[in-house]
Amino acid sequence: MPLLDVDTLGVTFDTPDGTVNAVNDLSFSVDPGETLAIVGESGSGKSQTVFGVMGLLARNGRATGRVSFEGKALSEMSDAEFNRVRGDAISMIFQDPMTSLNPYIRVGDQMIEVLTLHKGLGRRAARDECVRMLDAVRIPDARARLDQYPHEFSGGMRQRIMIAMALLCRPKLLIADEPTTALDVTVQAQIMKLLGDIREEFGTAMILITHDLGIVADSCDRTLVMYGGRAMEEGPTQALFESPSHPYTTGLLKAVPRLDIDQPELQTIPGEPPDMSRLGPGCPFAPRCLLVREVCRETMPPLVSHGALRRACHADPAEVT
Amino acid sequence: MAQGSTVEAVVEAGEMRAAKGRSLWADARARFFRNKAAVASLVVLVLVVLFATFGQTVAQWSNEEIDWSLLGNVPQAGGPSLANGHYFGVDETGRDLYARTVQGTRISLAVGIVGALISVVVGTSYGAVAGYVGGRTDGAMMRFVDLMMSIPYMFVLILLLVVFNRSIVMLFLGIGLISWLDMARIARGQTLSIKNKEFVEAAIATGVSTPVIIFRHIVPNLLGVVVVYATLLVPQMIIFESFISFLGLGVQEPNTSWGALINAGADNLRNGTPWMLAFPLSFFIVTLFALFFLGDGLRDALDPKDR
Amino acid sequence: MIPFILRRLLVAIPTILALIVFSFLLMDFAPGSPFATERGVPPEVLANLEAKYGLDKSLIERMGIYIWNVVTQFDFGPSFKFTDRTVNELIAQGFPVTLTYGFWSFVVAVAVGVTLGVMAAVFQNSWLDYLAVGVTVGAQVLPNFVMAPILVIIFTLWLGWLPGGGWQGGQIEYLVMPVIALSTSYMASIARITRSSMLEVLNAGFIRTARAKGLPMRRVVMRHALKPAMMPVISYLGPAFVGMITGSVVVDVFFSTGGIGQFFVNSALARDYSVIMGITILVGMLTVFFNLLVDILYAWIDPKIRY
Repeated sequence: MPLLDVDTLGVTFDTPDGTVNAVNDLSFSVDPGETLAIVGESGSGKSQTVFGVMGLLARNGRATGRVSFEGKALSEMSDAEFNRVRGDAISMIFQDPMTSLNPYIRVGDQMIEVLTLHKGLGRRAARDECVRMLDAVRIPDARARLDQYPHEFSGGMRQRIMIAMALLCRPKLLIADEPTTALDVTVQAQIMKLLGDIREEFGTAMILITHDLGIVADSCDRTLVMYGGRAMEEGPTQALFESPSHPYTTGLLKAVPRLDIDQPELQTIPGEPPDMSRLGPGCPFAPRCLLVREVCRETMPPLVSHGALRRACHADPAEVT
Repeated sequence: MAQGSTVEAVVEAGEMRAAKGRSLWADARARFFRNKAAVASLVVLVLVVLFATFGQTVAQWSNEEIDWSLLGNVPQAGGPSLANGHYFGVDETGRDLYARTVQGTRISLAVGIVGALISVVVGTSYGAVAGYVGGRTDGAMMRFVDLMMSIPYMFVLILLLVVFNRSIVMLFLGIGLISWLDMARIARGQTLSIKNKEFVEAAIATGVSTPVIIFRHIVPNLLGVVVVYATLLVPQMIIFESFISFLGLGVQEPNTSWGALINAGADNLRNGTPWMLAFPLSFFIVTLFALFFLGDGLRDALDPKDR
Repeated sequence: MIPFILRRLLVAIPTILALIVFSFLLMDFAPGSPFATERGVPPEVLANLEAKYGLDKSLIERMGIYIWNVVTQFDFGPSFKFTDRTVNELIAQGFPVTLTYGFWSFVVAVAVGVTLGVMAAVFQNSWLDYLAVGVTVGAQVLPNFVMAPILVIIFTLWLGWLPGGGWQGGQIEYLVMPVIALSTSYMASIARITRSSMLEVLNAGFIRTARAKGLPMRRVVMRHALKPAMMPVISYLGPAFVGMITGSVVVDVFFSTGGIGQFFVNSALARDYSVIMGITILVGMLTVFFNLLVDILYAWIDPKIRY
């Protein structure tokens, strides 16, 4: 049984200009201990997918479909039941560490409340546990720093705190939403290494949202490629990177600068990401696709198996290079 | 009295999003006319202005004439009546309330508009200069604004009115002296965000002088926010004047304003002459409502992000 | 903290001194002797009177004496009109009244305003939200001098529940209408500020973090959102204080509560300069002091402000 099973997830937002479908008909699963990467351009619905799973959508957002965790449907739980899972068995770290911590509350208090809430620990025990966890994410002088406020930490340090806070209850699934995007390059590498170490140490399954394909190749078991709120292609990372079967995936891979092969110039995918409030019935990638044909504009291709991969494309896999 | 509530709302109106394709103003106009409350308010305001301008021509009495036939039995016979030409009834001294309301409306609207105009001219220039020049000048200029705002101004204004004798000019002056403070803050904030835009840098690079940059490049770009805030300032100025006149310290007989009329109506509440309060109060409330809705409509039109 | 307070005092004290000097010069500038209106005062009597009130000394001397008396003994000198009373006696008589209903108005405005604003934001687009928005919009056109007569119509003339004025040592039935009249528009402003700031905070990243931790909504709001959402409200407390102390003048006049506002208006009408000045300076001091408290409160709550 998969740890997390997402079935036909849809996320919509009511805006003054009409309904925006941020995520459409998306299905995927994560096995225990596995790392799934979700990749795609900005605005492809990656973040809204996990917000939908976690019940963290903005007020005007709504999620449809079925999300199960360890066989129990999160989407049917009451708020109180869901809150027992959130932050305990599933936890999350966010894109921008500068705004993810409450600037008015001491870091220690923000961490301690997770343990008192989910594990019923007393303040002292919770504090000790927080210190241990801050040590684990390599924050020096952890005990003293618990009494500081977030603005007294650097961006990288805050993201470490976020990671420590997310791990306090030893979650079975950690969702990391572009955890390094807002950080300096050197800090990015440290944070990614930290996440890798943690995965080994705690055996946590992980969903890693990123647009850094280098990170994906290094550290993720499986990859889901999204575009325009839909799954384009999905499969084991190695297979997907070696023989992509979707024109969007190939486009993404060609846009990665590489030092190991002789690359005359960096390729880009021409065109702009789609306007999510004005999606037609067809494949959202059609307007930018090099292999586009009439049918692509009219119907969305289903996600079908192709070897180890699953792909949603009308074009023949052989055409895709 | 004057509510500070519009200030924080307008500050949000700060960043205007440039619409693609159509010009900003055309886009704003389209959005404005979609807002029914704002359009209705505009109609109401036009009617009020027409009433103030031409209302006297249909009056059968002037605002100073005393109707001796009613004096002495105002509560019984002084009510609104088409027959004797007192559409809104008469006041406690037998003067035609319709004519007095026309006049009060004129003065109140004039106070509102003059106060708002002063604030636009003085406040925008002051704020734009402070924001653009920056540094110590900015610090000192805004410190002065803070200082002015921390003084209970109404008391000082009344002191001024007492010392220099009460007159409309003094009232205008006094209101104008304070109305620009909020505007200066808003204009400064906006200037700070505009200051680093490319077109300003281009102007600096081509050697345009600082005053020209401020008044040709910065100020026109503050216009959206200034218009919105000026609209919201008009009712505040009206409230401000009405407050003073309510205390009997503002306009003087035979002139009047909404505040003075409301005061007179309120004083006569127990004498069974409800029309004396009802008419001026209705004008006051309806106009203020319309002005606030108009301001909100303009803000939404010029700043669509916050809907 | 102590250096921070001292630094603030360094700004506050000159503000008060400037206000005193300004008022004093203004009063001195006033045309005519305050006794000139009393007909038939012989020159020698006038000279005696002026000597008694120290008007025969030079401007600088008189100003020095006045400031010295105010600063060292909190003595605002004698009243020019009520010759047997000092300004201090008038203040001592009126100030406790103003303070009593002012305090309750402030408490009501903040408590009701914050509660309403928080509820409206948390239950956005519910009937509660619409009610709160309706109240805040309505209250914009109901400043104290409009609220006061409306309250009297409803509670005194129509329902007959409450006395239409008076004080009687501040018994509850005499307190209700002044407090409602004074607090309504500020309550509405506070509700509005709270609502919009709470809505903004609820969209913040750290609120998403708090929800992701599995905290129940009540705890998210009370522990994580409330404090940051209160910061704009705290900034508004200063202006609200000025507005209320100004509005107290209307309350005193309309409800005959006998607070300092009543003395202020009577003195303004009678050109009793020393009383106007004394009250203006007192109110200025209170405002500066209150703003100081607000600054301290703000700095104390916001961990990012280093003293």
